[in-house]
Amino acid sequence: MRDLFWIFVSSMLVNNFTLVLFLGLCPFLGVSAKVATAVRMGMADIFVMVITSVTVSALNAWVLPHAPYLKIIAFIVVIASLVQIVEMVIRKVSPTLFRELGIYLPLITTNCAILGLALLQTSKGYGFTEGLVYAVGSGLGLTLALVLMASIRETVELASVPSIARNMGLVLIIAGSLSLAFMGFAGLFSS
Amino acid sequence: METPRFELTASPHIKGPDSTPRIMWTVVGSLVPVILASVWYFGPSAVLVIATTTASCVLTERFLGHGRTLRDGSATITGILLGLTLPAGLPLWMAFIGGVFAIGLGKLIFGGLGQNVFNPALLGRAFMQAAFPQALTTWPDLGGSWWALRGDNLAFPFMTPHVVSSMTGATPLGLMKFEGAHTALAKLIFGSTGGSLGETASLVILVCGGYLALKKYLDWRIPISIFITVAVLSQLIHIFMPGKPDALFMLFSGGLMLGAVFMATDMVTSPSTPRGAWIYGAGIGALVVVIRLWGGLPEGVMYAILLMNSLVPFINRATQPRLFGTGKEAAA
Repeated sequence: MRDLFWIFVSSMLVNNFTLVLFLGLCPFLGVSAKVATAVRMGMADIFVMVITSVTVSALNAWVLPHAPYLKIIAFIVVIASLVQIVEMVIRKVSPTLFRELGIYLPLITTNCAILGLALLQTSKGYGFTEGLVYAVGSGLGLTLALVLMASIRETVELASVPSIARNMGLVLIIAGSLSLAFMGFAGLFSS
Repeated sequence: METPRFELTASPHIKGPDSTPRIMWTVVGSLVPVILASVWYFGPSAVLVIATTTASCVLTERFLGHGRTLRDGSATITGILLGLTLPAGLPLWMAFIGGVFAIGLGKLIFGGLGQNVFNPALLGRAFMQAAFPQALTTWPDLGGSWWALRGDNLAFPFMTPHVVSSMTGATPLGLMKFEGAHTALAKLIFGSTGGSLGETASLVILVCGGYLALKKYLDWRIPISIFITVAVLSQLIHIFMPGKPDALFMLFSGGLMLGAVFMATDMVTSPSTPRGAWIYGAGIGALVVVIRLWGGLPEGVMYAILLMNSLVPFINRATQPRLFGTGKEAAA
């Protein structure tokens, strides 16, 4: 139980995928202009991460021991096809969400955060439950970063930003500042 | 055209004497006793470090900013506050870079005063902590000649500073965290402990903060809610886990006083609603306790404030007061 709690906190705050490990930066920079969109993107991320984690647990348990050389290919193929299925479901269920996510849902397919989750979960030797907690924690961490970024971006929208830092420049500065702030979580609950 | 007989202006119609420069220079004035206390304890090194950060902040504002915000004193405050969070023996070139970062990337890049998201001084401090971790955690010991420099202040840029081993001490929080040693409360209150320049003299900070709160130049809700949260949480934890420090130690050690009074209350980066101020303070207090007791670092005030700074847009939105005359539904 204590281990699970630690995995959760660690994946969400201490080793936040976006702000500490710098994985999944494309949605972080691309879909963080509005809070509402950011929340939905985060939800999609959590969803895909949970699916990934379950798949990876299954692959690690049954397939990869027999064919370790297939690791990365298996991860990419399985995750990509799963995300395609998710995309079809979202297009059918919520066309608005589909339009709003635009290019970014297909981007999740090749997103480093998803493959990162698969590889990190494997290298840390997490089983099914631990992997699930890890995926939910990481997904929530991504959502947290996205929503924080979006709410800050909505605030500074009216700021008289100097021309050298308009748009993406300022976003990167904010991302760096958030990352500095998240350094405070370093080593949390590790002792 | 005939001049109108009445002056037509938009509200507010009742004007007070307070203006941005007036508020800012009053804050600078109220920081003077804190600076004097740090000079009393840390000697010429304190003067050098604080002067360097102030100069670098004002220069950055002068050369990268619009120029029109130079005289309002905000860059001076950032510089002084940044200096007060640094250890006395810090090489001055590092202090200078910190000041440039604080104003350049903490404030001007957002469009200048009033538009930044993070407290510039703390952002500069966090940047320095990431860039020069060792120099930023080398605390000089008290004692020795008052006239002596408390470290290698004059180290040449990008050279390794000489660490005088006999002069490095530890902060009360560091002693608590890594050795489990207590520091006497009287020492903490009057400031004769190791630590960064401005954080040691808790009593002086409280008096200056009280003055500013009376003048309504800072929102008293923020420091009060930080103190209450830290005190209640740490006392509860102390009761259940006696190994952890008690409330008084938590309140008077480290940068809590300086952070709660002068940094968390920054008008730009704190919430604009009274309810938001309570939430913001409570969040800072809780994060301070968690980072101090369970984090990898002995001190977490800086990070707690920065993290809550990033939540301020959210808090502001969630605590919008109901418009007078509208129903409950209209507020949502």
